[in-house]
Amino acid sequence: MSRQLRQRLGFTLLSLTTLTVVLPILLLVGYIVVQGAPAISGEFIVAMPRDGMRAGGLWPAIVGTVLLTLGTAIFAVPVGVAVAIYLAEYARDNLFTRLIRLAIINLAGVPSVVYGLFGLGLFVIFLQFGASILAGSLTLAIMTLPIIISTAEEALSAVPRSFRIVSFSLGGTKWQTVRRVVLPQALPGILTGVILGLERAAGETAPILFTVAAFFLPRLPHSIFDQTMALPYHLFVISTQVPGMPVHIQYGTALVLLIFVLSMNVLAAVMRSRFRAKRQW
Amino acid sequence: MDTRSKFELQNVSYIYEDGVQALYDVNLCIYPNQITAVFGPAGGGKSTLLRLLNRLNELIPGRRLEGRVLLDGEDIYAPGMDVHALRRRVGMVFATPVPLPMSIRQNLTYGPELAGVRNRARLDELVESSLQAAALWGEVKDRLDEPAAALSGGQQQRLCLARTLALEPEVILLDEPTSGLDPISTAKVEASLQELKQNYTLVVVPHSVQQAARVADHAVFILQGELVEEGMGGQLFTKPQNQRTEDYITGRFG
Amino acid sequence: MWFEPLTEQQATLNVTMSSNPRNQTTILERLIERFIRVTGILVILFLALIFLFLLREGGATFFEVTLRNLLQTRWYPNEGHFGLLPLILGSLMVTLGAAVVSLPLGLLTAVFIAEVAPRWVREILKPFIEVLAGIPSVVLGFLGMLVVSPLIREYMGAPTGLTALSGSLMLGYMALPTIISVAEDALDAVPKSYRDAALALGATHWQTIWRVTVPAARSGILTAMMLGVGRAIGETMAVMMVTGNAARMPLTLGSFLMPVRTMTATIAAEMGEVAQGGAHYHVLFAIGLVLFFVTFIINLIAAWTIFRQGKRYGRLLS
Repeated sequence: MSRQLRQRLGFTLLSLTTLTVVLPILLLVGYIVVQGAPAISGEFIVAMPRDGMRAGGLWPAIVGTVLLTLGTAIFAVPVGVAVAIYLAEYARDNLFTRLIRLAIINLAGVPSVVYGLFGLGLFVIFLQFGASILAGSLTLAIMTLPIIISTAEEALSAVPRSFRIVSFSLGGTKWQTVRRVVLPQALPGILTGVILGLERAAGETAPILFTVAAFFLPRLPHSIFDQTMALPYHLFVISTQVPGMPVHIQYGTALVLLIFVLSMNVLAAVMRSRFRAKRQW
Repeated sequence: MDTRSKFELQNVSYIYEDGVQALYDVNLCIYPNQITAVFGPAGGGKSTLLRLLNRLNELIPGRRLEGRVLLDGEDIYAPGMDVHALRRRVGMVFATPVPLPMSIRQNLTYGPELAGVRNRARLDELVESSLQAAALWGEVKDRLDEPAAALSGGQQQRLCLARTLALEPEVILLDEPTSGLDPISTAKVEASLQELKQNYTLVVVPHSVQQAARVADHAVFILQGELVEEGMGGQLFTKPQNQRTEDYITGRFG
Repeated sequence: MWFEPLTEQQATLNVTMSSNPRNQTTILERLIERFIRVTGILVILFLALIFLFLLREGGATFFEVTLRNLLQTRWYPNEGHFGLLPLILGSLMVTLGAAVVSLPLGLLTAVFIAEVAPRWVREILKPFIEVLAGIPSVVLGFLGMLVVSPLIREYMGAPTGLTALSGSLMLGYMALPTIISVAEDALDAVPKSYRDAALALGATHWQTIWRVTVPAARSGILTAMMLGVGRAIGETMAVMMVTGNAARMPLTLGSFLMPVRTMTATIAAEMGEVAQGGAHYHVLFAIGLVLFFVTFIINLIAAWTIFRQGKRYGRLLS
């Protein structure tokens, strides 16, 4: 076989393989859209559920997911960005720093259900928060930390070193330099990372299984110590544990969750390209 | 100690962490209101020496300084020294102009604001006077709030000079300030230097021997970390005492 | 990182610029810097906490359940059978299947994106992979249950379609984005000069890819695969919804068409019904401990590979 022919075949193989990856996902997502769209209506989104979840709306689940996402952000963003600033601007290349990076990589690899166990053991039981928005948010926050730290650190390190040197030569201290030059320039990148991290947190089920999620709550949560419904958990239960659940409601729920999560993806991507266009370096 | 000097280096040696030595026992006086040109072949230690004068060498840890560096008689490496205040007194212009990613005005007020200047009027005053001194005021006075990155190379370099001037320093260090510039911009910068020396002390690392000959009141030849020869006026270039100096100036090595 | 932290000392010189509201700034600055430094320790602390809590609740297992019990082949907690083998084997099997699906597909797709695809295709594919990464596992489990499993039942003769194979397929697709993006980064990082040199010697593009570029990126690709497998082992919802959750011993190839139960699904399914402090409760935590260790080892190896190359994390963690 000639080399050219082999190459042509090889490229075709690669394209087919990629298609095998792309096509099923497109089809499956499309299927959800097609099956779930009929269920979507104003009522579906903002009404409370009725008839054991078999009718009515998803409002408490949506609210719950929003609250958990916010809670995750409140805990994970300050700590995550601070660690990123430490790693990018202050840390020296020593054992301690390597340990931190090792810990981050490992936190990223811990299975989500193990986070659920951890959250149960520490926040629900030991600290006695009970199954609550507080416990769930804290658990999700620790899970989200690695993503935020790594993307924030990349964003900070991407700011040219020369800016820092100039700031120092003008009499700036390290913190002044970070606050006035580095951080503002890195902010779009950091924000993108935060959004992607929160997107993960919003879609996760296992960490909230034991720490916050409830299936049938006839009212919205009043405080952070309340349990709440949440979209991913809701989808799980209605598709596996509720007999007689209308199929289109299941697909509708899946679609709502998908839209919620993927719109964050789109937001992050848009931010990223706008930032790239506006950059002054 | 030489009481007439602005800066004085006494037995200064500078050693990298792997043992390589950048400067060997340098003794040098830098006199006020003069242009001191520190020239020599690449890698010889000129830029290192320059950065010792505003402690910018500390950005890279692990290196050792021996000897003393005195500014107005005080050791700038003494433990009680405020390094940030020092850098406001001893400003620096780098070889590649680096405008901060902000507007022209913000570039200029950056240093003063960090130092605590809040008064709007005072800041505007500093903006105008520094741009005038850097011969840039006329060209940018109508677009102070536009991004500094939009300026041309020569303009950016003059902006960097103005940025340093806005801090009202006493000494200005210039590391190959015209290396990326065309001859016209270069001439403008060299002319500015002559004006500036009336109010400031200038230490320049020129990017060529010719530039050193053009601008220097006090010329210093550094070769492989050693101060080989120095002289006032054009004396070094017309009648060098040391053979190595003559070889370098006449181009036998470079 | 760039420099030594500089100490803030009182000025003994006359400061030319106005003097010092900076005294107050300095104190605030010092507090902020202290806070920032402390957060680094927090990360290590969290990891240690996870380990500690798993140990605390899971360690009690060894006082309540005999080793013989744990190593038997029946997992039936209601009758005191805590055999972990079916669960471990279940996880292994599904992960193996997922690896068979995702490793080749992932590598080939990464090669396609990084080396072969024209620019406009890349611009579409890369965001697409990110979108794929964003699909929640419960949604993939849902699709697996309602769409993929019936297909497997129809065309492969499995009784319910809730099989290890279904789990492997869904898991494989979940691990794909990780493998693809990390491998793609590794391929991108190969210096252009390598490719140019090969082409200059008369190699075709195809030959260059497989004889020069991919081998040059092999440690990054290996890392990608390890991380993908790590992801697969730790996945919960997708497998729980499609593997049938029967704690059998999957010992033959044919077991792929039978239901199976993974460690992760066991924890998720049973934790809600378990009495706190009982043996069952402790065993579930012990399973969590096992999972923690396994992923810890995998990540340790992956991290070591990354450190050796002197990089940070690239897109590993997203």
